[in-house]
Amino acid sequence: MNTFKEILSKKVPAEKFVEVIGGKYDASKAGITPDNILEMKSIISMENAEKPVVLVGMGTCGLANGAQAVYDMFVQELKKYEIDAVLSKVGCVGFCAEEVIVDVKVPGFPRISYKRVTPANVDTIIERTIVNKEPVIQKALGKYTDADPSIWPEIPLLKDISFFKLQEKVVLENCGVIDPENIDQYLARGGYQALSSVLSDKSPLDVIEDTKKAGLRGRGGGGFLSGKKWEFAYNVESDQKYLICNADEGDPGAFMDRAVLEGDPHRVVEGMAIAAYAIGASKGYVYCRAEYPLAIARLEKTIADAMDYGLLGKNILNSGFSFELKIKKGAGAFVCGEETALIHSIEGKRGMPRPRPPFPAVSGLFGKPTIINNVETLANVPVIFSKGADWYSSIGTASSKGTKIFALSGKVVNTGLVEVPMGTTIRQVIFDCGGGVADNKNFKAVQIGGPSGGALPEQFLDTEIDYENLKKIGAMMGSGGLVVMDESTCMVDLAKYFMQFITSESCGKCIPCREGTKRLLEILERITKSYREEETEIDSLMRFQGMLYLERLADVIKDTSLCGLGQTAANPVISTLRYFRDEYEAHLYDRTCPSKACRQMLTYTINEDKCIGCTLCATRCPVNAISGERKEVHFIDQEACTHCGQCELNCRFDAIIAE
Amino acid sequence: MQSEEIYKKFPKNEASNMIAMLQDIQGIHGYLPEDDIIRVARHLGVPTSRVYGVATFYNQFRLTPLGKHVIRVCRGTACHVKGSLDILQILETELGISAGETTKDLQFTIETVACIGACSIAPVIVIDDKYYGGLTSKSVYKLIKEYTKKD
Repeated sequence: MNTFKEILSKKVPAEKFVEVIGGKYDASKAGITPDNILEMKSIISMENAEKPVVLVGMGTCGLANGAQAVYDMFVQELKKYEIDAVLSKVGCVGFCAEEVIVDVKVPGFPRISYKRVTPANVDTIIERTIVNKEPVIQKALGKYTDADPSIWPEIPLLKDISFFKLQEKVVLENCGVIDPENIDQYLARGGYQALSSVLSDKSPLDVIEDTKKAGLRGRGGGGFLSGKKWEFAYNVESDQKYLICNADEGDPGAFMDRAVLEGDPHRVVEGMAIAAYAIGASKGYVYCRAEYPLAIARLEKTIADAMDYGLLGKNILNSGFSFELKIKKGAGAFVCGEETALIHSIEGKRGMPRPRPPFPAVSGLFGKPTIINNVETLANVPVIFSKGADWYSSIGTASSKGTKIFALSGKVVNTGLVEVPMGTTIRQVIFDCGGGVADNKNFKAVQIGGPSGGALPEQFLDTEIDYENLKKIGAMMGSGGLVVMDESTCMVDLAKYFMQFITSESCGKCIPCREGTKRLLEILERITKSYREEETEIDSLMRFQGMLYLERLADVIKDTSLCGLGQTAANPVISTLRYFRDEYEAHLYDRTCPSKACRQMLTYTINEDKCIGCTLCATRCPVNAISGERKEVHFIDQEACTHCGQCELNCRFDAIIAE
Repeated sequence: MQSEEIYKKFPKNEASNMIAMLQDIQGIHGYLPEDDIIRVARHLGVPTSRVYGVATFYNQFRLTPLGKHVIRVCRGTACHVKGSLDILQILETELGISAGETTKDLQFTIETVACIGACSIAPVIVIDDKYYGGLTSKSVYKLIKEYTKKD
């Protein structure tokens, strides 16, 4: 099949390129009619595929579940059946719990998604769906709406199943649907139309006004109005300005940026080009973390293709606007998500923040005006110009517009990415999309916004999600990680976990963050330590004294730290203390961990009725505290035990009692 | 890529390329040898202390050689609530090293990562760029056995 580029490059003027693809420009003199193009578009976008198409979900989550083996099997089996089909790799559709997801499109039939596909299922899928044109019901997830819905009535529409029902896919529209490495598929689905219309019809100021009118707010955490931010940089005179895409998604528990970069990288590049045009930047960087090798590889291909098509680089679509894009790999530092730290990192320095003002919009990268937007923010930009600012601002709540992607993980049935309109309640996201808490356990809390956010108990589940509401109840939007926790998660342990994270990620520049978080961690460690290890009464006194200081110290860190990382560092402690005080008290006064998660506080014994003397616990015990003869009941020496819990983890007969 | 090519690829005295250069050097050796840190400093026209500062600031860089198999344990929030600490402890006791260390026979290195971004299949570890998700203590023992047998 010819690509758009081959057909168009020689016969159509560059500035008409995107219009022609959109079927809006009659290039019949050049031998291309809108009908030709529309037909080609429907073939490329798979609506009217000429031959069977098989699409394997190969984002990081798919690959971790064995997508490569499934893909290889398809290559082999399609050859065996002598079927001429297109086999392509797509990004993640968001339903990570059901990976590996494989879509099959047979001409004339709806596109169907299969879940949890293993190499052993490949033969059946090919035989039943591609050869006999019937669905494999037990493996089906749902079907798309690209054909008459009365075909295969036994298969539900994908958008009707509970995981997708409440979702409104705006940013994730193409993720898992198109081949991210194929620029033609992005073009066929309307890609780069927004950029071309902006370049031909709008002045930079129009773009800024429209973005403000749409109400787009930064999706990386702060929630600042993007249009306003661009205006700052627009108003500064300079010979060089920069646009940076912040793809340093260091927030543990969030992976929406990775999914967008892996599944629909052209959308981000298009959004960047529009933003760069608005502020007058001719150079841009994508700062992507090195932990995302697949995203980086796809971005490299995306930039090369866009350059090749004349959609990036010098004089884009003959508009006179030039934009050059480079990738900078991060090297693993959470603090580099902060704007000024990120700039230092691109400059080749240690990623440490500096006081603001001057704000980067005035003096940023190499001292030039710089705008930094997050991946999801930029991925929202094209749709504002293809569907209009009014359409965009009609979604969401009064203060927060558009949709938000949440990464649903932890103890929830349907883990994955959900994109819902702002104003959806937390309960709807966790229980309707997410299918509730896994393993029939009870819901305890949800951590929103990563280490800078807070843990919310059940009473806030009906809160409508938007920037202001979350802030009011002590959490924050952050990047949108939702980690669900059940009754077996200890909230003191969670606070301790976040403090460990922050102390290792604090850059060390300002004292409140460097020293303060360390002290917080020490206090939490004292509370969760076994009383057996307290040697003197001073230790026990320190434990109570620390508890008294915990809240005050947290407030001081919040008020006096230099950057956003430090100012929000104590949030997990503050929010758990606010909503789960009883758990802190149980650790402090009763010296027990109600969730049985703090191992140090538990005593391990062996249930004599269940132990069969397999010796496994004794061999796994790192301190040889377990003794006993083969086939006889074993015994734990409490003096020697270090409470590591290895015996409990390894026992196959549930014979270890921890209490 | 050879070391020499890296020094040719990056222009002299452009300190903004420092991180990319160090990443490439680590790509060859698996760590940053002392000689290269000094050479990068000369090449970019900055004090050695600045290169050393960058090399020790970022989690990605290592100053000691790696084992044959690198095990990266994800310690993100989702992995934590699903028991990644247990998995780390099992790896540590089985291989007899702590996170950040390499076994004496240079076979295994254990590292922790803040978040791999595969939260939906937590807990996750990555061995030599291959992802293993949804782990339990049992499957970790099996994995270790698999990798020790390979050699």
